[in-house]
Amino acid sequence: MTATGTITPGTAAPRAAVEPRRHTRRRANTGPTVVLLIGALYCVLPALWILVAATKSNAELFSTAPYLPSFHGAFWSNISGVIRYNHGIFLRWALNSVIYAVGGGIASTAIAGAAGYALGKYDFYGSRVIFRVIVAAVLLPQILLAVPQYLLLAKFGLTNTYASVILPQLVSPFAIYLCKIYAEASVPDEIMEAARIDGSSELRIFTSVGSRLMLPALATVLLLQFIGIWNNFLLPFVMLSSNSLYPLTLGLYGMIMPTGGQPNEYSLVVAGVFLSIVPLAALFLSLQRFWRIDLISGGLKA
Amino acid sequence: MAKRRPRLLPVLLVTPALVLLVLFIAAPAGYALYLSLMKVRVSGGLLGTTTTQVFAGAGNYVATFTDPEFWHSLGRMLLVAVIGVPATVILATLFALCLDANRARLTTVTRLAIFLPYAVPGVIASLLWGFLYLPATSPIGGDAINYFGGRTIFFTVANVAVWGVVGFNTVVLYTALRALPRDTCEAAQIDGASEAQIALRIKLPLIAPAIAMISLFSVIGAMQLFNEPTALRPLANAITSTWVPLMRVYSDAFVNNDIYGGAASAFTLLVMTVAATVGVRVLANRFVRRERG
Repeated sequence: MTATGTITPGTAAPRAAVEPRRHTRRRANTGPTVVLLIGALYCVLPALWILVAATKSNAELFSTAPYLPSFHGAFWSNISGVIRYNHGIFLRWALNSVIYAVGGGIASTAIAGAAGYALGKYDFYGSRVIFRVIVAAVLLPQILLAVPQYLLLAKFGLTNTYASVILPQLVSPFAIYLCKIYAEASVPDEIMEAARIDGSSELRIFTSVGSRLMLPALATVLLLQFIGIWNNFLLPFVMLSSNSLYPLTLGLYGMIMPTGGQPNEYSLVVAGVFLSIVPLAALFLSLQRFWRIDLISGGLKA
Repeated sequence: MAKRRPRLLPVLLVTPALVLLVLFIAAPAGYALYLSLMKVRVSGGLLGTTTTQVFAGAGNYVATFTDPEFWHSLGRMLLVAVIGVPATVILATLFALCLDANRARLTTVTRLAIFLPYAVPGVIASLLWGFLYLPATSPIGGDAINYFGGRTIFFTVANVAVWGVVGFNTVVLYTALRALPRDTCEAAQIDGASEAQIALRIKLPLIAPAIAMISLFSVIGAMQLFNEPTALRPLANAITSTWVPLMRVYSDAFVNNDIYGGAASAFTLLVMTVAATVGVRVLANRFVRRERG
């Protein structure tokens, strides 16, 4: 079974050709449809409920029917409440999350793309050993290293900085692995050879041919890295002590921690959770077509 | 083949990745191993005490292995994994097969909906589900069912984790299904095989490698369980500060200020994870080979 071994535009492939032409009636297949609807409800309802909860004041949150929205104008006061919370720290957290995820995502994708291209298209001294090391490093969960990374960075006084969150996430063995597999499959030797005969330097071949042919893989790796960094909690949790450097995840977690025995402003946390989900969900659903998941489903069997 | 004479460019291209790999993966792992073999010695004198780092041998590991709480945290993590990993794999397989079924309707909408939680960070998902579980705000019967009880807590945590990852795994499997040769399924259909038979007898064995892969990823994910229990902790008394091994590493190093013990726990967990990963891979490969005959 090597069908997914070659990298083909999986999700984009037209499906019409396989529809049965005879023997079958054209009615909906209810069983699978029902299963899918239940699955969709399981995945979406919690997110929708947070919208309902965001329409309630703190008192209403605990007194009104949990699944019914409230129309007493609490929604906007919650939203403005969370935005004004602690002198606008929420927007700062959102900005930090963007800095970590976009900055770290772009840099780590560039690093992985360059390394993957070099390992996939060239045979140089040590290249096989390096690739083996990278495959082995894929198995090493980096999050387990967060505490040692902190201890090491603390020696150099680098903790509690933007760099302390970005630097450890710049190298992703899995991303390098994906890029290597993709470079091998999608950058033909013939094109590189033709460019050489035309007098192009190796650098020019990489910038104008190799990196362009690798764009679909780079887009997927960028999305994976972006999500990975955006969702990372333990690393900033360990590294950061200043509120103003927190990403959203850490900030919202801090908001729900009980402070001095006071009851929490749960309605603010609910509004914050709502605000942090919506833009990212919208972004991801709109970027659907750039996802090349086939890269992952086929990649690991090699 | 283009791979011939030595060139400078590939070396330059691979250098940043290598340097970072050494600095942020190899060095921390090595440093954790080093610290795990050390301890602090406090020597008192007339002018106050001085602390020096001295070799401890296997002392920290002995302390880790003889601490029942270490095994308890490992057990709790395994319990969540035993619930969560099969649930993730089975649900993802079911959803993917349904998405791929002939004449299933609403597939685009449901696929996007199932994928949606992937965009929600684990901590945010835990806060979100936390409110769904919390008796005072629960729309799913939190006032009747104690979702934070001694036993239910494992299902509660596993559910949050499954919710977060099932969509991504579904899409991975669905993509594998879409890449299958269509004529096999068509031939079976012409031979009169039902949709369910085609799904179970033809498609399922063909995507076994992809299922093995998502199982592997789920196991690795389970070993790193931290975000969900940590974020649920303010709401659930059943979750202690050392509820799972990674939480223990954190609390050793930062709450108890015992970086040596923390390093020993971290390194032990690292070795266990790599062993579990290799183990699952070997098992999965054997299974896939047998399936393919």
